[in-house]
Amino acid sequence: MAFISSGYDPKEPMKDRITDIGPRKYDEFYPPVIAKNKGKWLYHEYVKPGVFYHVAESGDKVYTVRVGGARIMSTLMIREICEIADKHCGGYVRWTTRNNIEFMVDDEKKVDPLIKDLESRKFKAGSYKFPVGGTGAGITNIVHTQGWIHCHTPATDASGPVKATMDVLFEDFKNNRLPAKLRVSLACCLNMCGAVHCSDIAILGYHRKPPMIDHEYLDKMCEIPLAIAACPTAAIKPAKVEVGGQKVNSVAINYDRCMFCGNCYTMCPALPLADKEGDGIVIMAGGKVSNRISPPKFSKVVVAFIPNEPPRWPQTTAVIKKIVEVYAANARKYERLGEWAERIGWERFFEKCELPFTHHLIDDFRDPAYYTWRQTTQFKF
Amino acid sequence: MAKHPTPLLDQLESGPWPSFVSDLKELAEHRAKTASKIEYQIPVEVVDDILGLLELTYKDGCTHWKHGGIVGVFGYGGGVIGRYCDQPEKFPGVAHFHTMRVNQPGGKFYKTEYLRQLCDLWDFRGSGITNMHGSTGDIIFLGTTTPQLEEIFYELTHKLNQDLGGSGSNLRTPSDCIGQARCEWACYDTQDLCYQLTMDYQDELHRPAFPYKMKFKFDGCPNCCVASIARADFSFIGTWRDDIKINQEAVQAYIGGELKPNAGEHSGRDWGKFDIQKEVIRLCPTQCMWMEGKKLMIDNKECNRCMHCLNVMPRALRIGDDRGLSILVGAKAPILDGAQMGSLLVPFIKVEPPYDEIKEIIEKIWDWWMEEGKNRERLGELIKRQGFQKLLEVTGIQPDPRHVKEPRSNPYIFWKEEEVEGGWTRDINEFRKHHLR
Repeated sequence: MAFISSGYDPKEPMKDRITDIGPRKYDEFYPPVIAKNKGKWLYHEYVKPGVFYHVAESGDKVYTVRVGGARIMSTLMIREICEIADKHCGGYVRWTTRNNIEFMVDDEKKVDPLIKDLESRKFKAGSYKFPVGGTGAGITNIVHTQGWIHCHTPATDASGPVKATMDVLFEDFKNNRLPAKLRVSLACCLNMCGAVHCSDIAILGYHRKPPMIDHEYLDKMCEIPLAIAACPTAAIKPAKVEVGGQKVNSVAINYDRCMFCGNCYTMCPALPLADKEGDGIVIMAGGKVSNRISPPKFSKVVVAFIPNEPPRWPQTTAVIKKIVEVYAANARKYERLGEWAERIGWERFFEKCELPFTHHLIDDFRDPAYYTWRQTTQFKF
Repeated sequence: MAKHPTPLLDQLESGPWPSFVSDLKELAEHRAKTASKIEYQIPVEVVDDILGLLELTYKDGCTHWKHGGIVGVFGYGGGVIGRYCDQPEKFPGVAHFHTMRVNQPGGKFYKTEYLRQLCDLWDFRGSGITNMHGSTGDIIFLGTTTPQLEEIFYELTHKLNQDLGGSGSNLRTPSDCIGQARCEWACYDTQDLCYQLTMDYQDELHRPAFPYKMKFKFDGCPNCCVASIARADFSFIGTWRDDIKINQEAVQAYIGGELKPNAGEHSGRDWGKFDIQKEVIRLCPTQCMWMEGKKLMIDNKECNRCMHCLNVMPRALRIGDDRGLSILVGAKAPILDGAQMGSLLVPFIKVEPPYDEIKEIIEKIWDWWMEEGKNRERLGELIKRQGFQKLLEVTGIQPDPRHVKEPRSNPYIFWKEEEVEGGWTRDINEFRKHHLR
């Protein structure tokens, strides 16, 4: 392959350089019905899962068809989305915060042909390309991080467990039988490049072995004081170590204090901690971000560890399915998973979901831990 | 014929949910087929090799990406994340596999013409693999080589009128909800505020000058569809302070069953006849609603705008007209000191271009954080370390009971000398005249 220049001249990087121009302005890309009615919408209504319309003061209506999509997406898929948007939507399309794709049309008559087209498209191996759904009192797409496909600190994959989980939850993507919306999120390590800590159900990758120390290279690859300062529990201290008869500067780790966060590895590549047996998944539940009825809540750890089981993570998806089913059967209308768990009590949550309660689930991390212990005689047998 | 067998990944092709494996396989095939026609600027087998590498990772249970690597475009300290594979000989196509973050448009609205331009550029100079979108909001270009970075940036800026997003200790790419573009609950124009602040703070976005990452997110109402309250250092959440507008006829239509509660979001189950007492009035967190005969009454002064009644009866209840936003600060994910939710700093501020009042608050807080924040200390952690009172001091905002869930339950107040009559310098000998040792 021959190198083809864009016009950029590496000898004169500042020549004709354009910087700080920001994103394209939002209103360049508004469909006409959106541009015309912005700020003047009156109400909306769901026709069925994945299909809804908004009505404006002008009387205009915009119909939206929402489809799920993988966050990892090839240019082939984007081009196919463009083809659909050209054919049905005047060349406009949008994505949601949760990796769904929304096709909008300004006439009810255009809705059914659009849905038919979307649902007819499948990959050769059989999965839907554009499943319609993901709205209302059901389960929408999972927001997630990179995982094994592109990250250096993950404790699990992201796209694989997400695909496996959405296959198991697919009926609730297409249906609105749940008491309220249920949001599932995945973060492949504690860095949480997403808001999984406030999700109804969170899948979190977690390491369980302290870092290995690459003594021979540590001082060459890292700033030792930064590695030491990176540790939130002060488990790392400087150390002189003998490697091949030579004294080198390195670090020592107090394993008892390590909480496996991997922050030291972020600062120092000579401290890798990923491990096949050590790494796996934590399941958290009961969080939310909306202020509706009750304030936003953090998710709580309900399963301390499930091993990584590629390619389909069956234990992880089974726990999630079980929680969803018990919630669906027991919660009241409008009650989010965390609100339900708080109403019935967490002791009842573990009983109903048939999840074992182990010592790992009792908080022992700093002051906030105390506030999670039970300081009342009000509990249930 | 695929370059690497992928028996484990192949199992992710079955099932109804869109398979990223199928998608990547088709892309790999497409690149191989078109290689004779297109002068791909990075290895043709890049997609084959990412599949092969991921298959190996599924076998090994442990990532094969090396730690970071400092690459970027000239003059910027963010927007590009270096990535190198630790098995470059087996998978030369992904030996370098850098990420570029492309600042997404507000509301993630697109014209297909623009999307195709992005695709053309990324097929030619990158892997053709994207994330639509990354967690922060950017369009993510996943996988290219170092020599292509400047070329891509040049084409983005010269041909697509498009800039990179943020990474590292920068202002990260701000993101917004769909807002007034297509939502009746948006209390301000999230897309315009997001765009203006993004433009005004381009320097902060591209050139790292902060102790750590800094996130802005814009939610049009307290439903918080972009989760600003959980994950942004600054959450801008729309609100109003006058009365909810009531259409009594529509209330009756909900009661009578002509209109579906919650806009028809519960269609998958028969929940029985709509009961306004049970479904709205008794669930109101402040108990500020009641029926007087056929009339729904709201004591608006007592409403805390949780959105439940509006969500259940969107055709009967509408947000008020005296609109603005609340600013909450300091949310973050768990690393290092545990997760933090945003804390309310400004209960209400009007949202008027050019947004100087909002920027003044942002900049006062930035000054404090840049002065006092430790390396890799998020704003929320600094607020915890130095106290919420310090935050009020640096912003000049008056304390208000809205700032707390409850007042402190310990009396360990750090009184300042100037707050106590007579100050702290006293004469022990004078004291001893009246109080024997």
